[in-house]
Amino acid sequence: MSLSVMLTLLLHGMWTSFLIFALTLLFSLPLGLLVALGRMSNNLALRNIMRVYISILRGTPLMLQIFFVYFSPYYIFGISISNTYRFYAVIIAFVLNYAAYFAEIYRSGIESMPVGQYEAAHVLGYSKSQTFIKIILPQVIKRIIPPVTNEVITLIKDTSLAFAISVSEMFTVAKAIAAAQKTMTAFVAAGVFYYIFNFIVAWLMELVEKKLNYYR
Amino acid sequence: MDVLKISRMKKSFDDLEVIKDFSLTVKQGEVVAIIGPSGSGKTTVLRCATLLETMDCGVLEYQGEKAAWTNKDGGIEYAPAGQLKKIKSKFGLVFQNFNLFPHYSVLKNITDAPISVQKRDPVEVGKEANTLLEKMGLTDKANAYPYQLSGGQQQRVSIARALAMNPQILFFDEPTSALDPELTGDILKVIKNLAAEHMTMVIVTHEMNFARDVANRIIFMAGGVIVEEGDAKQLIEKPQNDRTIAFLSGFQR
Ligand SMILES: Nc1ncnc2c1ncn2[C@@H]1O[C@H](COP(=O)(O)OP(=O)(O)O)[C@@H](O)[C@H]1O
Ligand SMILES: [Mg+2]
Repeated sequence: MSLSVMLTLLLHGMWTSFLIFALTLLFSLPLGLLVALGRMSNNLALRNIMRVYISILRGTPLMLQIFFVYFSPYYIFGISISNTYRFYAVIIAFVLNYAAYFAEIYRSGIESMPVGQYEAAHVLGYSKSQTFIKIILPQVIKRIIPPVTNEVITLIKDTSLAFAISVSEMFTVAKAIAAAQKTMTAFVAAGVFYYIFNFIVAWLMELVEKKLNYYR
Repeated sequence: MDVLKISRMKKSFDDLEVIKDFSLTVKQGEVVAIIGPSGSGKTTVLRCATLLETMDCGVLEYQGEKAAWTNKDGGIEYAPAGQLKKIKSKFGLVFQNFNLFPHYSVLKNITDAPISVQKRDPVEVGKEANTLLEKMGLTDKANAYPYQLSGGQQQRVSIARALAMNPQILFFDEPTSALDPELTGDILKVIKNLAAEHMTMVIVTHEMNFARDVANRIIFMAGGVIVEEGDAKQLIEKPQNDRTIAFLSGFQR
């Protein structure tokens, strides 16, 4: 196998890793907010469902959750699993898992807001949704950037768990190449890739943080 | 015309009865100061009047429109949401610790509610906000953020924010208590100017000289009831009740 063929294969795996990363964020960030709102709702049933959801998803390994999402259509419903479902299973498991982590981050951010902000908005006549969207949420986002950055960086590394059900992301590809070629080169290339990916993401998050520094 | 009328208001927190029996009528253009020891229930009165807290019984009405009343069973009933929203636009509240929105510029703090709550014309609101800023001596701070201002400047912005809603009555809860002593003068002057323009106001304060000078009427509260009430000058200079005398003697004149 020539170096260029190897790089092409790795590049393909890289793209899959990136897709897992981007799709997970795209869906889990808003879903996490909804879960957090449910977790803090006045409705006791909803609150408890969300509490259990968060507790289970944070209390079991993501790898196990990936297996569960992947195999449950077959073992629970007897539906045969198609090959394309692999990728969707990974996305579903990642989104559900990360939404639970983000929900707790949103919740701590929302609960850290001083009550005076709600009261000022109330007296000025803002509705509940206006208060949340215009006054509370923007300040919460600023407050939670550091813990969200931590999760996002963990997510980059977690994408390699898709290996468990043979989705050909970066790590899966690297391992296959290494086994076939009996060389470490692919692993080194994969390591470099993860590192650069992390580096770019950390830099982007820092940029967002700086942009939100116009107020305190 | 009465702008505000509170009658026989009561409020408890769990077993603690904080407001035992409180009635207050404020006429158009009148300035009423509420004084009293800490814990006497002054803030709770303002919070009930501004709907931040629900009272247990009594009547609350603005310009003849009832916001809350005691029903036949002795419980409290509040007006429907639509009615309350209308009533809410009649009053403003200035907090002890300002509660400005830190992510909005000074100008946006003032203009956002008139535009997004009252749905007024942004251009007109912007013009009014600039006039208010000029009045508060903050023209050059329009684009600053709250953290860049001194406490006195922040409090002036919060007064401007309340005024931009064109309230019929403005409540102040110890507007100078969070400020360094040298900054209180500015705020007191702003409130005095509002009084001179006949703004209807209810002011909770520990500044006795200010209360005497700016208010028409002073209410001395202790233990959740009105102990003494009367003409501002008279109450400060010739208090009648022993508790008022004891309270006032704690302040050097
Ligand atoms: N949300 C609350 N829960 C329980 N007790 C409260 C609450 N708010 C005020 N209180 C109590 O009510 C009493 C009156 O408080 P407050 O109205 O703040 O007095 P003041 O403004 O005159 O100092 C105090 O004893 C205070 O501890
Ligand atoms: Mg108080």
